[in-house]
Amino acid sequence: MATATVATHDTGAHDHHDHEHHDNFVTKYIFSTDHKMIAKQYLVSGMFWALIGGFLSILFRLQLGFPDMNLEFLRPLLGGWITDTGQLDPTFYLALVTMHGTIMVFFVLTAGLSGTFSNFLIPLQIGARDMASGFMNMLSFWFFFISGVIMFISLFIKTGPAGGGWVVYPPLSALEQAIPGSGLGMTLWLIAMTFFIASSLMGGINYITTVINLRTKGMSFSRLPLTIWAFFLTAVIGLLSFPVLFAAALLLVFDRSFGTSFYLSDIYIGGEALPNTGGSPVLYQHLFWFLGHPEVYIVLLPALGITSEVIATNSRKPIFGYKAMIISMLGITILSFIVWAHHMFVSGMNPFLGSIFMFLTLIIAVPSAVKVFNYLTTLWRGNLIFTPAMLFSIGLVSFFISGGLTGIFLGNSAIDIQLHDTYFVVAHFHLVMGSASFFGMIAGIYHWFPKMFGRMMDARLGYVHFWLTFVGVYMVFFPMHYIGIAGFPRRYYSWTNFEFSNMYTDLNMFVSVAAIITFGAQFIFMFNFFYSMYRGRKATPNPWRSNTLEWTTPIEPGHGNWPGEIPTVYRWPYDYSKPGAEEDFIPQTVPLSATPESNLPHEQEKVKEELEIMKEEESEVLVANESKH
Amino acid sequence: MYGFLIAVGVLLLLSIIWMVYRIQTLVSVVKGSDKKIASSSNKINAILFVVFLVAVGGLMFWYSIKEFDNYQLPIASEHGVVTDQLFWITMAVTGVVFLITHVLLFIFPYKYQYKENRKATFYPDNNKLEIIWTVVPGIVLAGLVISGWMAWSDITAPAPENAHVVEIMGYQFAWDIRYPGKDNILGDYDYRLTTAQNGMGVDFSDKNAIDDFSSPVVVIPKGEPVLFKIRARDVLHSVFAPHMRLKMDAVPGMPTRFWFVPTKTTAEMREELGNPEFNYEIACTEICGQGHNSMRRVIEVVEPAEYQKWVSEQKTFIQTNPALADGIEVEVKEVADIQK
Repeated sequence: MATATVATHDTGAHDHHDHEHHDNFVTKYIFSTDHKMIAKQYLVSGMFWALIGGFLSILFRLQLGFPDMNLEFLRPLLGGWITDTGQLDPTFYLALVTMHGTIMVFFVLTAGLSGTFSNFLIPLQIGARDMASGFMNMLSFWFFFISGVIMFISLFIKTGPAGGGWVVYPPLSALEQAIPGSGLGMTLWLIAMTFFIASSLMGGINYITTVINLRTKGMSFSRLPLTIWAFFLTAVIGLLSFPVLFAAALLLVFDRSFGTSFYLSDIYIGGEALPNTGGSPVLYQHLFWFLGHPEVYIVLLPALGITSEVIATNSRKPIFGYKAMIISMLGITILSFIVWAHHMFVSGMNPFLGSIFMFLTLIIAVPSAVKVFNYLTTLWRGNLIFTPAMLFSIGLVSFFISGGLTGIFLGNSAIDIQLHDTYFVVAHFHLVMGSASFFGMIAGIYHWFPKMFGRMMDARLGYVHFWLTFVGVYMVFFPMHYIGIAGFPRRYYSWTNFEFSNMYTDLNMFVSVAAIITFGAQFIFMFNFFYSMYRGRKATPNPWRSNTLEWTTPIEPGHGNWPGEIPTVYRWPYDYSKPGAEEDFIPQTVPLSATPESNLPHEQEKVKEELEIMKEEESEVLVANESKH
Repeated sequence: MYGFLIAVGVLLLLSIIWMVYRIQTLVSVVKGSDKKIASSSNKINAILFVVFLVAVGGLMFWYSIKEFDNYQLPIASEHGVVTDQLFWITMAVTGVVFLITHVLLFIFPYKYQYKENRKATFYPDNNKLEIIWTVVPGIVLAGLVISGWMAWSDITAPAPENAHVVEIMGYQFAWDIRYPGKDNILGDYDYRLTTAQNGMGVDFSDKNAIDDFSSPVVVIPKGEPVLFKIRARDVLHSVFAPHMRLKMDAVPGMPTRFWFVPTKTTAEMREELGNPEFNYEIACTEICGQGHNSMRRVIEVVEPAEYQKWVSEQKTFIQTNPALADGIEVEVKEVADIQK
């Protein structure tokens, strides 16, 4: 039955495709329902936000590295946020930290990464004409866009943007008296996040539906590229956890505006005792981290999926342990929902809960370790080609190890007592979640640029970009471990008020310089990206000699992706360097019956079955064509 | 003028980079190397991974050893010795994994860089290997978890009966300290009673509050259990005493606690470090607003005898400000009068 519907769907869409040639500018570039265009919209927005987010971090790194520097030259941009003595305003410093986190986590690594690559790759790699609902997909982007506009506006208002840290814990985020950013800035933050959550949910529903329903013939779940597995599981995590953030935000809105006491209790502020009693700030933390922790995997899994694909392709080897990779990702998906309270060991919650969450947290390290070992084994005895995408993928594995291992310290509640909310944590999550995901995103851009724009990015600029960024990221975040072990707390405007932290000015200066250089290096990428889009070398249909379906489309696929019928899939996506085969790759569309020389014994058995299906299919196409006339 | 010169310089630099870029692109087109599967850059990248491994690895070791005494804060509490030990055990275990995986990760690119006449090994899976590297990390982590869990249970167990109680209340942007006085019981408080004079909202109609006193410094005895009762008045704060390896959030509406045994007096620590200025400190580690980075209190650890003497010398809230006793019941007032 399934085959029949697929066949008719194919011909139907093909039909549709023939009439689809009168796009005007607005429907093609702005209100597009084509998944590839939406992906590019996400990508460009993501890059825009990455620049903003990065720039904000440079601003506060200037304060931390060069506390005595005169920042008068920033006055044209920051206005009143530069004090009379030429310093950064301490409240604005907190706002910068907050917005840097919010932007990077949500706008760059969630929307920029999932939005771009789930949209772009899901239909292309599973063999679908488009997303299940093109309209909802478009809506998803425009909700994200509105969310971005609101968040952007909040940067410029008089009282400043939200300033309570990206986690916006109440009561700080609930009380305007506590910090000016909790006024209008926080309101805008909440509205923006509401739109963002709606956007994420619409995107997620679409990704899940598409992966489940629109796979081409032969594309069983056990033949899906790991990218698709990653995007699919990411969407599942997002769909289950974002509503909880919405609930948390909604209750916060009630507390802020309607006098409820979900999170507020026993507060005396600004010379006045507030009437709120019975609420609990810890409740908010539970709700927030119920999203917040899965969110780590929402940004990380797509990057790992991209890396799996890039490393396999450029090692000219099958990914080692395909099934183990899927099981690890499933394990991570499930476990990611039951580890949230490891962010709260010293929040005052019952220490017994701390014990439970310590056990669960350290379990999640196991599937992560399995993934690392599998990557290493994939590289082992490969035939490695260092495309920029490959370099960034290897960089990702390095960050994943470095940042993952420090997670073992922090997941241990006894050790976390000292390290919680110090720079050790900052180093940890910037490596494992921030930089690793960022590298996955960049790897994806280098790898699929030819498919997106029909041209190649310049490889040498890519190498320079990689080495500057790779070394730079380590120079920025590795020293933070020392600072963290020394006990330097996060979100401090300056550390000179304390004897124990009145040192390491040299190291902080070093970090700031490294951050500025690393940020600067991203402009090499920006140049490469936009220049190559118009002037890059023309791409060949399959520049990386890859197996997956997207490389069977025309160089610049139009609406509906494949001009003719959607190809059928006969094998898994990792038949690289198969013994006996002439080439070192066999695309998924090559039937087993066409490669008797390289089939493994169990594949040889399937050949007969496969031939029967092909015969059946042919007759069905005939029937379909009959019924059309 | 300088600005102009810098701008010209930058412009010049950019145009040179641009020229070099164009030339190398054209050269590679002429050479036909852009048609090759792997150009000569492949080898350079492979070598750079090894260089990176040696250089950055070396830098890491050199700095970690050189700076050890700087980032390793002295320990001044009993449980701190345990948690630090756990920290360094974890460091050893993860350090080994870190080194092995990174050596492999950066040596493989060099060893298995692309060669035209070689074919990669088709090696799709090996269930035995997968099981090994699921089980082994599992066991190692179980060991770490169990030792961590035992330490955690001890640390978070209820404080001993004889613990010296100190109340620490966070507010924007300082800590207020309250001692329970002779009875070692803190009097009730209610945030609605907070006034400029009674910043902690102490309820003086409670008998136990009569002998409570305040102090600008947290004075605690060495070698005896101390219980910090922690709360906040406005937003979240977090009590962080780095040398005590102590951290606990201060939550409005939900009192929290942390008990520990200090092991070295301030004087002893000063001697040990050769720093006569040394002080134990409390900082705030939960973002709380503009003054987040300035919530400092000094902890002074003294010998038990000295502590008893200090406690007996302190003046109660009511003694320092008799107005606080206004309006409380006569019966309670009498108790207060007796103590004067």
